[in-house]
Order: sequence, then C-alpha cells, then structure tokens
Amino acid sequence: MSFPWAKEYKPSHPFMQWMDDRLPLPRLVYNSVGGGYPVPRNLNYFWNFGFLAALCLVLQIVTGIVMAMHYAANTQVAFDTVEQTVRDVNWGWMMRYAHANGASAFFVVIYVHIFRGFFYGSYKAPREMVWLLGVVIFLLMMATAFMGYVLPWGQMSFWGAKVITGLFGAIPFVGEPLQQWLLGGFAPDNAALNRFFSLHYLLPFVIVGVVILHIWALHIPGSSNPTGVEVKSESDTVPFYPYYVAKDGWAIGVFAILFCTALFFFPNALGHPDNYIPANPMSTPAHIVPEWYFWPFYAILRAFTQDFFFIPAKLMGVLAMFGAILVWFFLPWLDRSPVRSGSYRPLYKKFFFFGLIPAMAVLFYCGGAPAEEPYVMLSQIAALYYFAHFLIVIPIVSAIEKPDPLPFSITESVLGEDEAAKLAPAPSATVA
Amino acid sequence: MAEADGVRRRDFINIAAVSAAGVAGVGIVVPLVSQMSASADVLAASSTEIDISSIQPGQAIKAIFRKQPVFVRNLTPHEIAEANKVDVSSLRDPQTLEERTKEGKENWLITMGVCTHLGCVPLGAGEGEPKGEFGGYFCPCHGSSYDTAARIRKGPAPKNLEVPEYAFTTDTVVKIG
Repeated sequence: MSFPWAKEYKPSHPFMQWMDDRLPLPRLVYNSVGGGYPVPRNLNYFWNFGFLAALCLVLQIVTGIVMAMHYAANTQVAFDTVEQTVRDVNWGWMMRYAHANGASAFFVVIYVHIFRGFFYGSYKAPREMVWLLGVVIFLLMMATAFMGYVLPWGQMSFWGAKVITGLFGAIPFVGEPLQQWLLGGFAPDNAALNRFFSLHYLLPFVIVGVVILHIWALHIPGSSNPTGVEVKSESDTVPFYPYYVAKDGWAIGVFAILFCTALFFFPNALGHPDNYIPANPMSTPAHIVPEWYFWPFYAILRAFTQDFFFIPAKLMGVLAMFGAILVWFFLPWLDRSPVRSGSYRPLYKKFFFFGLIPAMAVLFYCGGAPAEEPYVMLSQIAALYYFAHFLIVIPIVSAIEKPDPLPFSITESVLGEDEAAKLAPAPSATVA
Repeated sequence: MAEADGVRRRDFINIAAVSAAGVAGVGIVVPLVSQMSASADVLAASSTEIDISSIQPGQAIKAIFRKQPVFVRNLTPHEIAEANKVDVSSLRDPQTLEERTKEGKENWLITMGVCTHLGCVPLGAGEGEPKGEFGGYFCPCHGSSYDTAARIRKGPAPKNLEVPEYAFTTDTVVKIG
C-alpha cells in the first residue's frame, strides 16, 4: 500500500531491472525506507525513537553474538567466562559493556517510544495492530533481558532468576510444577542456565520477526504525526529518503554520544555490585532489585501486601504486575476519543502529565528502593493511579472531554495555511 | 460418490489423515515439553542425610537439599513455649508446632530455608543473623517475619516455611527427602 503520489521504484541499471523481475527486494526496501515511502512532514524528534529502537536491536544482536563466542553456559564456569571476556579477550570489555549498557539503552529508547504512543494516541484506529505488536515486542524484550541478566551467574543473576521464576509459583495448583518445569529442577541451576542461554539467543530473532510485522502493519496506514490528523494530500508528506533518513542519521549521532559516554565512562553505573559476586544459593543479597527497566513493574508486584478476599497477596502482586502491561493491549478500545494527539486534548493532556507520568516516576523510584515504608505506601498509591488511569480516567476523559480545534491538515499546521483547506467544505476543523 | 454405508471414501481419508497428523503432533509436543522437566540426575540428588548431633539448643544449621537451603534448628524450651503460646486460629497459615515437627522431637524444627514469598533465603539460622520480631526467621527481601515455629507472622509471604519430608534414621541423623 501507499499514497497515490508515492514515487515508484524504477531501476535504471539493467542488473537491477533483471533483479526486480526475479526478486524485488530492492523494490521492497525502496518502498519501505526509501523514496517510495511518503511520511508526514511534521514529525518531531519523538518519531526518531522507533528507528533508534531498531538500531539498539541490531547493536544487541551483534554484541550478543560476540559475547556468545566467549561464553559457556555452565554454572561452574559461566561467571568466569564473562570475567575472562572482559579481562582477556581482545576488546572483550567493550563488547560486554556495550551489550550490558545496550540493554539499558534499548529500554530507554523503548520507553520514550511507548510514551510517545500514549501521548499522541498512536494506538488508535487504524493503527491498533501496530500497537498490539509493539506490546508483544515489549514483552519479548522483557523476557530476553531477564534471561540475559541471569547468564553471568552472579548473585543478582541467581536471585533474580529465583524471584522471577518464583512468581510462577504463585499461580494456584499448577504453580509449583510449572516453576520446576521452567527451571528444570527445584532451584535455578545448570539446567536453567542452559535453557536461558538458548532462549536468550533465540528470542532476539523472534523480536526481529515481530518488528517486521510491526513495521509492515505501520506502513499500511503510514506513520501517525504530532497533530494526529491523517495525511490528506501530497503536500502533507515528504519521502522517507532523504528526509527522514537524514533525520534518523542525526538521531544516531545524539544517541551515539550518550551511549558512548555511558559505555566508556560509566559502564557499571546501571549495574549492581552484587553481580560481581559469583552466585551462591545459600545466601541472599541483602537488597535484591531487578535491573532499572523493571522497577515500575517490580514496584507494582510489591505493592500488594494484604490478601484480597480469597486471593493471596503474592498472587495479587503477580497478577497486577502482568496486568500492568496487559492493560496496554486494551488501550485502543479504552480510549474512545476520536482525536488522536494529546496536543488537542486539554483534559487528557493534564492526566498524562500530572497523573500517568508522576505515577510512573514514583513506581520507577520505589521499585529500586528497599521494601519498606514509605516506599510501599507510595507504590500502592502510584499503582492505584496507574490502573485507574487506564481503566477509569481514559474512558471517562474520552467521553466527556471537549477537544481543541484541529488543524485542517498537516500542511496547515506547518505552514499556517493550506490551499486545499480553502476549497474544502467549511467548517473543517471540527472533530469527526 | 456415496458408498453403500453412507460414508464417503474421501471424507474418511480426510478425517483419518487429519487425526493421524493430530496424534503425531501430540507425540512431538510431549517430548518437547517433558525434556524441560527436572532430569534424572537432578531427581536422583533429591534426598540428603544430615548429622544433627552437634547442634546445641538455640543453634541452627543450614544444609543443602535439592540445591536449596534447609534449616535445622534445635529449639530451646523457651522457644517451644513461645511457639505454643500463639493462638493458632489467628495465624495466616494455621499450624501448631506439633504438626510441624516429629513426635517426641518437638525441639527439632526442620524447614526449607526458602521464603514462601519469592524464594529468598531468610536470615536467622546463622550466628548473629537477625531473627525478626517473632524470634524465628526474617527475610530481608520483602520483610517477611517468621516465628520460632517458622510460621509466617508478618509480611507478604503467604505460607509458613515449608517442612520437607524427612525422617530420623537414628537419634542424630535425619534423612531429608
């Protein structure tokens, strides 16, 4: 699909013509990320983060394959092989820290990408599938990151594995057998380490597959934009190449500066010193915390301290933690407002900036803090708001809110006027 | 073309082929799922013998059972009295000390050293470790406190520390598992 004014791929070289008749891969590339893909002309910098996420995925796969060349998934030697990679392998230190910090960079980028979607209503029709696939990618990322963190077999690796697989033990009746099945034993050990390594290598390629579907689904309606007004005419778009290729190139530059600063000057800032202690099943670290990107969900897990009728607190916490992400799957149908962009939604904007963002910030902070007051209570309040935001606030706001007038078109929002608007039947700026 | 018994040859072949493929599919999935369960060597190492003769009253040791810590604790008479004083019906996971120990060996409290919340190792078995406000075990991860019968009294853990299957083979040797 594309807009009628999309440029057609016309290979001039005889070889490319020959190729186009047999395997039109260059045509696919041209139509996906080349001159043949018209993109709204008004995208702001938040629209760079999808591309940056893809860059992070490539970075993780490349550095990950290098790490796998020097790693042995065996509880006796796993810790040592990682240390050996850092100390003895040529450039091993850089590969290891690029991979570890690359995971953090990936999550920074993906969180901005997701919250861009929240604010600009990127999940709304006709882009629901783009959103749903994105949530699937996020879940796969979380599973991959969790299993990757287990591989160095340090104290945090081991106890993280124990706590997270312990979550499955909370499921009634099948919990304990399920946990033993996942681990291949009664506690994390060689069997678990091996399968985590196997899956940690597999899942990124599954992510690549879902990313292809994500982009495919995106390219059916085309990218959304900060006004949320759909593309109407050719003057609303510019071709992806060279305009957004150049802009994404600029984003690579900024990303690389920040990433290299972390990699070369603060490689352990986001890690835990405890993970430089080899795993010891007999001794729990005093303060178990997951990696920072899991903190909001970990805070929700720990926010449940009381049994809820017949549901034990532990199961409630587990359900809430998974529910916190699963609720995103329903977002396209919870938000009934026909206006996409938060810029034109005065009430939604307030709840976004003064509700969702602070609640997430509190959950982030509390997830990394010890399980004591006032953090538990703060997590409870923030978790309550978090769920209320999606399940109560968004449906009500979208029903009662009076949105601001929308521009007639992307062109009008950029240039202040649009020739086509003068010809259009008035009034054009009201909500559909 | 209808056959004499009303079953069309083609329908029969279709159902038979799809059924066979379904059975084959199950046959493929079963080993693929089952291979992830605990292997024979893991299960073979699933019982352990512990010599408890050197544990004095008030002391406890950490042993390893199924790659997890197990606490063997020699309760003092005071700790036993403390455990029996509690109104069982007020507990989250109601159990008496008798139910959690072997008859005539009420001073030997043998439990898994695995917090029933998320599987951390509670403190309180080692010398000088905090025992929490109920004098038993204290889990530093999320603050679960267990009493002198290792019953959950406070915090997020849903159950008492699990009592594994065990038997006294002699007065001083316990076989767990």
